[in-house]
Amino acid sequence: MRIDFAKGSVFPVAVVCLVILVLWYLAAIPMNAIVTQPKIDAAGGGLYNTLLLSWNHERPVLPAPHQVALEVWKTVFMVAPWKVKSLVYHLWITLSSTLVGFILGTLLGVILAIGIVHVGSLEKSLMPWIIASQTIPILAIAPMLIVVLGKTGLPDIFTKASISTYLCFFPVAIGMVKGLRSPDKLQLDLMQTYNASASQVLWKLRFPAAMPFLFASLKVSVAIALTGAIVAELPTGAVSGIGARLLQGSYYGQTLQIWAALFVAAFAAATLVWLLGAFERMSWKRMGVKP
Amino acid sequence: MTRALITFVVLFVIAIFTYFGLALVEPLQGSYWFLSFVFVLLGWALAWAISWVVDAVLMTMKAPLRVGNFLVPALFGVTIIVAWEYYVKGSHIPLVLLPAPTQIGAKFLNSLPILGADFVQTILRAVIPGWLMGCGAGFLVALLCDRIDFLRRGLLPLGNLVAALPIVGVAPILVMWFGFDWPSKAAMVVVMTFFPMLINTLAGLNASGHMERDLMKSYGADWLTTLVKLRLPAAMPFIFNALKINSTLAMIGAIVAEFFGTPIVGMGFRMSTEVGRQGLDMVWSEILVAAIAGSTFYGLLTLSERAVTFWHPSYRK
Repeated sequence: MRIDFAKGSVFPVAVVCLVILVLWYLAAIPMNAIVTQPKIDAAGGGLYNTLLLSWNHERPVLPAPHQVALEVWKTVFMVAPWKVKSLVYHLWITLSSTLVGFILGTLLGVILAIGIVHVGSLEKSLMPWIIASQTIPILAIAPMLIVVLGKTGLPDIFTKASISTYLCFFPVAIGMVKGLRSPDKLQLDLMQTYNASASQVLWKLRFPAAMPFLFASLKVSVAIALTGAIVAELPTGAVSGIGARLLQGSYYGQTLQIWAALFVAAFAAATLVWLLGAFERMSWKRMGVKP
Repeated sequence: MTRALITFVVLFVIAIFTYFGLALVEPLQGSYWFLSFVFVLLGWALAWAISWVVDAVLMTMKAPLRVGNFLVPALFGVTIIVAWEYYVKGSHIPLVLLPAPTQIGAKFLNSLPILGADFVQTILRAVIPGWLMGCGAGFLVALLCDRIDFLRRGLLPLGNLVAALPIVGVAPILVMWFGFDWPSKAAMVVVMTFFPMLINTLAGLNASGHMERDLMKSYGADWLTTLVKLRLPAAMPFIFNALKINSTLAMIGAIVAEFFGTPIVGMGFRMSTEVGRQGLDMVWSEILVAAIAGSTFYGLLTLSERAVTFWHPSYRK
């Protein structure tokens, strides 16, 4: 048991989480004082009243953890998922454009990487621009792009997905170029002695070799795809989606709504990354890698 | 080279036909968008064909590699911009959808004072202080984690998790806490830049090899000496990686936070109001400012990285 405590990370993570929770509860008292102090005074002060009122205010500056948990519970499990009040509904709107953008971006990244690895002039002309494309803070201009693209009459889901696509293709392209080039000279020479064609080298050697790079990139890009989809929903008058929930919450001072939306989005991001990890392990098994 | 030239000429002729086709069809209809799509693809293909030709010419001339590495992407970019200009002029696309590069340039030069004020508000007041504080805090906490192993094992999995979360969502909360002016934007930047720095510094501090650390131990070096002489220099590539990632994140954080409430100045504020007023040329001017500032920031970081990590294999000749 001692060894588990000393080596593993479960115990330290639990302790750090606990410390964060305690700090959170403590911070809620002074931060909520602006809205709760009159009520505390009216109730006659005292520690009991202070804690009770600070941790249960309707529109707190900093909601206590149990309030956030309760709000998540109410909006996720107690409302039918197709109702506008349900967070599952909003999450689905955001996730659908995330996934469309993620898939398109991944395809674009892989195609670009294959082109760059095989055609010399493509690398010279494209690579600097692929890198330069990322110095434009696309997330910051995403809402404008949505407005502009919306005027072309494309369906909403694709305009939102285009932001995720733009964000996704970069890590995938960079990772895949590295991955497709990862087989060493000896392996490539062997393929040549087998008289393998370029496409055979690609499918039988380069692609399997690129898998670890691909999955590392996919985990990064799925997370930013979700961020992209959320930001794309911000000041565009979107009425549904996690981003719209955040914006409405900030307009009407509904702090609980903001925090609940944030936690659900965080949970979704963690699940997506975890799912990709599971796919990665499946691909290991399929390719006979011993972990 | 002949093949490259033939490809270029063929593409060029098709592009001219598409161009005149665009001017003939009714704007903003089905066939119009189809031709636009074809023209965009052709513009890209032309740019690529030009770089192919130039590449081939440079090869036969046996020009030094550096010339090609600069000339080819530069010509590629110029071709794209020229195609963009002609597309806007020829296709009668309304300004609300896409302004021409020349229009953007004119607007940029005409509104330098406004752009300057926005630059000061967003970049100088929010991005740079926030970036410095966030990176500094991440670095210090990483050093603390390195000293206290328990903290490292507790914080690292959480840090990895948080780095994957959509942190921009915190923006409305921070605006609520720190007010509408730049402090809330700087706070947003701090939150966004902290975790990438923490994770990368921790990874970098473990980058030095066992042999090297054992050597330091046999010299009788203490923790601080080992840190300064061996482990920090070895961590520098990782730290610069985080600084570069954070330079983009910082811009995003500051501009996105402005969507949730600002005084009447700032790049995010300007962009969202100008979109509402259909002043797309102004929006693009702000994007230009952001791109210039971002690239300069990134370029400066690359230069200092080269100066600090001159020993790294990727810079050796």
